[in-house]
Amino acid sequence: MTALLAGLAADHRDRLLALGRDVAWADGARIFEEGGPADRFWLVRSGLVALDVHVPGRGTLVVETLGEGELLGWSWLFEPYRWQLGAVARGVVDAIEFDAAAVRAAMDDEPAFGLELLRLIGAGTIGPRLHAARTRLLDLYGGGQDTAGTGPAR
Amino acid sequence: MTGAPPAAAPPVRYRVTARTAETADTASIVLEPVTDALPPFAPGQFAMVYAFGVGDIPLSVSGIDGHRLTHTVRAVGAVSRALHGMRPGETVGVRGPFGTAWRLPDTPGADVLVVAGGIGLAPLRPLVERTLAAHRRTGGPAVLVGARTPADLFFAADVERWRTAGARVLTTVDRPDPQWYGEVGVVTTLLDRAAVDPPRTTAYLCGPEVMIRAAARAVVHRGVAPDRIHVSLERTMHCGTGHCGHCQLGPLLLCRDGPVVTWSQAEQLLSVREL
Repeated sequence: MTALLAGLAADHRDRLLALGRDVAWADGARIFEEGGPADRFWLVRSGLVALDVHVPGRGTLVVETLGEGELLGWSWLFEPYRWQLGAVARGVVDAIEFDAAAVRAAMDDEPAFGLELLRLIGAGTIGPRLHAARTRLLDLYGGGQDTAGTGPAR
Repeated sequence: MTGAPPAAAPPVRYRVTARTAETADTASIVLEPVTDALPPFAPGQFAMVYAFGVGDIPLSVSGIDGHRLTHTVRAVGAVSRALHGMRPGETVGVRGPFGTAWRLPDTPGADVLVVAGGIGLAPLRPLVERTLAAHRRTGGPAVLVGARTPADLFFAADVERWRTAGARVLTTVDRPDPQWYGEVGVVTTLLDRAAVDPPRTTAYLCGPEVMIRAAARAVVHRGVAPDRIHVSLERTMHCGTGHCGHCQLGPLLLCRDGPVVTWSQAEQLLSVREL
C-alpha cells in the first residue's frame, strides 16, 4: 500500500479506491505531455517514471524520477489543471489511475475526505518535492571536497 | 573529548601497487608497506598521506585488505593532484590510523542504511563490505548513492557485486545525461524505497556536510534515532593527533573525536553559524 493510501482513514481510502483502476505502461510510453490537460493522476505501484521538461535548444530533459508508492501528478488539484511537466515510463510501470474530475467532485461532496486527501498530498508529495528542489539548489555533492570525508581540498 | 592526544609518529613508507581511475578527476590508489606496516585500520578511520616534496592530506580508507590500504582521492589541490597522479611503484608516506571508526550495529539482524553523496561513498565502501560479510544470513544493507552527474559515480563493479550479495543499492543523480536511465533527484528521495524498518535501523552517512545535514534530518524524520545515525564530518585535519586544533568543531577535535560521530553529537554543532 502506498503512503497516501495508508494515511487515509479506511472509509476515505475505500472511497478513493472506488474511483481508481489498474493501468500499466510499457517501457518508454509517454504518460502525459507538458502543458496537456491534467485530467488524471496515478499512484505508482511498481516501476519508475521520469518527469521531463522541454527546453528549447536542449531537447527534453529529465528533472526527476518517481518510483514505487509515489503520487504521479498533482496539477489536477489546482487550476488551470495543466501538467507542468511531462512523464514517461522507464521500464514497465504499474499504477492505479484516478479520474481527476471524479476525485475533485468527491472532495467537494465530502469536505472531510477532501481535506484529508489534500493534507496528505501536501505533506507527502508537494512539501517533500519542494524541499528536494530547494536542496538540489545547494548542489549537494559539489563543494570542492577531495579527501573522502576528512577535510577540504588541499 | 576523549583522553590525551597520542604522540605524533613519523610517516611510514608505502608503495603504490595499483591505481584505478574512478572518474575524470578521481582515482583509487592501493598502498602496501615497503617494510613495516602501520597498525590495522578500521572502516571510517583515516590516514595522513604524504606526497613527498608536496605535502600531506587526510584520506579515509576506501579499502582494507590486511596491511593493504586503498585511498580514493579527487584531484583538486596540490597534494591531492600529486596523489591522484601516482603510478604503481612510486612511494608515499603514511601516518595513522587516526580517528573514530564506523560502529557496526550491536544488534544482530538490525537493518543497515548507508547514504553516500559523491566521494562520500569512498569511506563507506569498507563498511558496506563488512556489513555484507556480517549479514549473510539476514539480508544486506540498503545503500543509497547520490551524485551530481552519472560521470561522478564510481565503484560500479563493487556496486554490482554488492547487489549480487544481497544489498539493495539505489543510485540517483542530480543532472542526468541523455544516456542515463536511472533515478534523478536528490539522494533523500530514495529513502522511502530503502526498505528498512526505522526503529531497528542504524544509518551511516557520508558526503559534503550540506548533504549529511539534509540526509540526517530526513532519516530522523522517518523514525531512526539520532544516536543510531553515524556521520563522517569534514574539517581541515593537519596533525591527526589532536594537537594542532585545525579540525576543531566546537568541543570536538575531529581528527581524534571524529571523523565519525553520531548525529546526536553533530546536529547542534552543524547548526551553529560560527562553527
